[in-house]
Amino acid sequence: MSLRTTPFHARTGPLSEGQAWRRWAGYVVASSYELSHDREYHAIRNSAALFDVSPLYKYLVTGRDAARLLDHVVTRNVGKAKVGQVLYTPWCDADGKQIDDGTISVLDERTFRMTAADPNLRWLHLNSSGLEVALEDVSERTAALSLQGPNSRAILQLAAERDLSGLKYFRLTPAKIRGIPVTISRTGYTGDLGYEIWVEAAQAVPLWDAVFETGTAYGITPAGMLALDVARIEAGLLLIEVDYFSSRHAFIEAQKSSPLELGLGWTVATDKERYNGKDALDAERLRGPTWQFTGLTVDWDSLEQLYAQVGLPPRLPTQAWRMSVPIYDPGGRQVGYATSGGWSPLLKKYLALAHLESSSAAPGTQLRMEVTVEHRRKQATAHVTPLPFFNPERKRA
Amino acid sequence: MPKRYDVIVIGGGHNGLVTAAYLARAGKKVLVLERRPRVGGAAVTEEIFPGFKFSMFSYVVSLLRPEIIRDLDLPRHGLHILPLESTVTPMENGDYLAAWADHDDTRRELYRHSPRDAEAYDEYGHLMHFMAQAVKPILGMVPPDPTSFAPGDLAALFRLGKHFRGLGAERLHALVKLMTMSSADFLDEWFETDVLKATKSASGIIGTFLGPRSPGTAYVLLHHYMGELDGVFRAWGFAKGGTGALSESIASAARAFGAEIRCDAGVAKVLLRGRRATGVVLENGDEIAASIVVSSLDPRRTFLQLLEPSHLPPDFVADIKRFKFRGSSGKVNLALDGLPTFTCMPDGAGGKLHRGAVSISPSLDYVERAYDDAKYGEFSRRPYMDIVFPSMIDPGMAPPGKHVMSIFVQYAPYHLNGGWTDAQREAFGDAVVNTVESFAPGFKSKILHRQVITPVDIERITGLSEGNIFAGELALQQLFFLRPAPGWAKFATPIRGFYQCGSGTHPGGGIMGASGRLAAMRILKDGK
Repeated sequence: MSLRTTPFHARTGPLSEGQAWRRWAGYVVASSYELSHDREYHAIRNSAALFDVSPLYKYLVTGRDAARLLDHVVTRNVGKAKVGQVLYTPWCDADGKQIDDGTISVLDERTFRMTAADPNLRWLHLNSSGLEVALEDVSERTAALSLQGPNSRAILQLAAERDLSGLKYFRLTPAKIRGIPVTISRTGYTGDLGYEIWVEAAQAVPLWDAVFETGTAYGITPAGMLALDVARIEAGLLLIEVDYFSSRHAFIEAQKSSPLELGLGWTVATDKERYNGKDALDAERLRGPTWQFTGLTVDWDSLEQLYAQVGLPPRLPTQAWRMSVPIYDPGGRQVGYATSGGWSPLLKKYLALAHLESSSAAPGTQLRMEVTVEHRRKQATAHVTPLPFFNPERKRA
Repeated sequence: MPKRYDVIVIGGGHNGLVTAAYLARAGKKVLVLERRPRVGGAAVTEEIFPGFKFSMFSYVVSLLRPEIIRDLDLPRHGLHILPLESTVTPMENGDYLAAWADHDDTRRELYRHSPRDAEAYDEYGHLMHFMAQAVKPILGMVPPDPTSFAPGDLAALFRLGKHFRGLGAERLHALVKLMTMSSADFLDEWFETDVLKATKSASGIIGTFLGPRSPGTAYVLLHHYMGELDGVFRAWGFAKGGTGALSESIASAARAFGAEIRCDAGVAKVLLRGRRATGVVLENGDEIAASIVVSSLDPRRTFLQLLEPSHLPPDFVADIKRFKFRGSSGKVNLALDGLPTFTCMPDGAGGKLHRGAVSISPSLDYVERAYDDAKYGEFSRRPYMDIVFPSMIDPGMAPPGKHVMSIFVQYAPYHLNGGWTDAQREAFGDAVVNTVESFAPGFKSKILHRQVITPVDIERITGLSEGNIFAGELALQQLFFLRPAPGWAKFATPIRGFYQCGSGTHPGGGIMGASGRLAAMRILKDGK
């Protein structure tokens, strides 16, 4: 059986204090390196956190029709993207229901790297008939680090020995770190200033060493998935199989979502002639989506009151949670469900990401979220909050 | 004054026992009559060689209906189903294909053979899940007669029609394909890896006299997939103590409900008064009376042996005579001094290999060629085999450090050229062990005892006609409202008070118990 650790495991393995690993796309990655993920979270917002994101599925799409293929598959306009640009995009089935989401990096006019949360090689193949395009699964061959946080730029500039201030948000550049050829993209899953570094798997360990050694003076901290989960909720970034089901895995229609229902309307191109799901999405846009994916902020006073009734101070989740929690309107009718939530140590707020019926999804709408207080189900007041919850200027600056 | 029974069940196989248990649970006075010294029929565990227990015939539990487990509280009566989690197929080039318990491991393994198949595998599984879900309600349904205008039949047909309409176009198309295609063709639509298709297709041929390229085998694929649907409930796997322990647990439940079970009590004939069953006469001449008689034997023995054909409508007799058995499989049970080492995986993946199934199905051509031999009346020189090591899952099956090896073998035609003789049986056994030896050199030297079972042996010991393990081929023309005969698929027979409850009735096949349960339901309903 093949190895299930990532190319960075020689470094991440010994760093893991509690040997707490979790699965991600057939690999194991650290849940947290320290026994608690708190410090790792704060590194994301305070200094710099280093994540191993190698398990992402990565495909190299090359050839004359590469952009045409991608434009047929995804909802964003790939043909209009410039070399050096990175697009975040969902892709859909013919009914406009979301299959997956990921990024497309335009490496040159005929070379694109696509990342995905699920395997998509077969889907790309199925869509490529008649096109002059080559598909290569480079998932195993390509390792990736994500360096996120306010100090990430300073660290990378030193490591790559070049000025990165010109590298804009969602742009990439080839670079060398201690002689190792890499691609640096200004992307991430934290909603903060941050970069992802793409490297041949064989060079993974020396790259880790270079970044880590350079970063030490800047508070670089290896961080795991638990910390990332808190940050991505603050950033309002959705997670497949948690916040939505791939239409490919859904067992019933109600389990499927369209990008318009997931708050991804901005990624659905209106200037493309054809792509999978276009007709359904055009019609849905006209009609208005039935659901909205949005933020919820649980009112502290309400929570405090519920706990006071049993003689306790409010208890907060110590980790981000991933489950379905019912959301009600003030009249007690269920109007949706939250799929992720947790306490934001930075914003000092109890946040959740929720699917809400459109009529109950306007910002500021007062709703109620189910909370379990001392074994009993209660409802705490919550308000609809536009996403992202946290959007620092440095992210784009 | 002889004891009076409400119901006599002929045959103590798992279906007969299920019927008996349900009827006893409903308060009937039930007697089960079993010809052999033990209950179980083809689901028996026997110590053929001292210290080594063989699940002589059927060896895995795939389809036992969860409602039967619940209704009869079988775990309380000793049923413990242990997981049988993986399948490894050794290939002729020394490589292998494995499906492991872990989804990620399986994906990686398939990816090694074909990245696209690795993804198609999940989508195929998703579709088959839907298809199994679509067909499953039918298994729990008394099949309506499509030619009948009786309100009950019409209502059931309507429900069935609605059910199929509710599937949606895409799945309905897939269902039609499954009903008509060969498993090889069906799998060709999904996969490119030959060894994967061969291994998957093998489950489409089990118990049939068909090859993977024969039309109609795709449905059998689905039939076996239904066991996997219940996989989450762990109804799929290996019964602790062998399949005999499963039979014993049903017998124990039946007794707890008050049923009486008598072994060494073969039934010679069903007693009739006019067109009504009144009891049975045993092989020893004893007569036992009952208001209802239920046969769990296969349709041929039920209607042509327990009754005089002259008591039955001639066209019905003709249908039963046409019902196909064509036993095509054999079994080799081995007592081993140690585990065989397979060339393709010398370390056995740390025990995983031997804890799961080993499928000898290296290519579609291999399996089809195995069928070619049978088509012309020979046993396969290099047969398809499904191998498990029960002692690796339940250490109680063999002395410590020793093992039992169960080899299901196909094809071994009942109608062998020249007939099955002792010499032919041994030649068949040799073909089996020599084929295993070619994938696991040195294996033969570990054999302490060998039991070779041909279709003729299956018929002789269990009574299953022509040794068909499903009490009648699982061919499409013999399923649902056609099983065992048009117009008589609802467990009743042309004789009043005489019912059928074996695998030869709908839905049939495998240690499922569904036929037994549905028959009991029908009997109770008729009694109201």
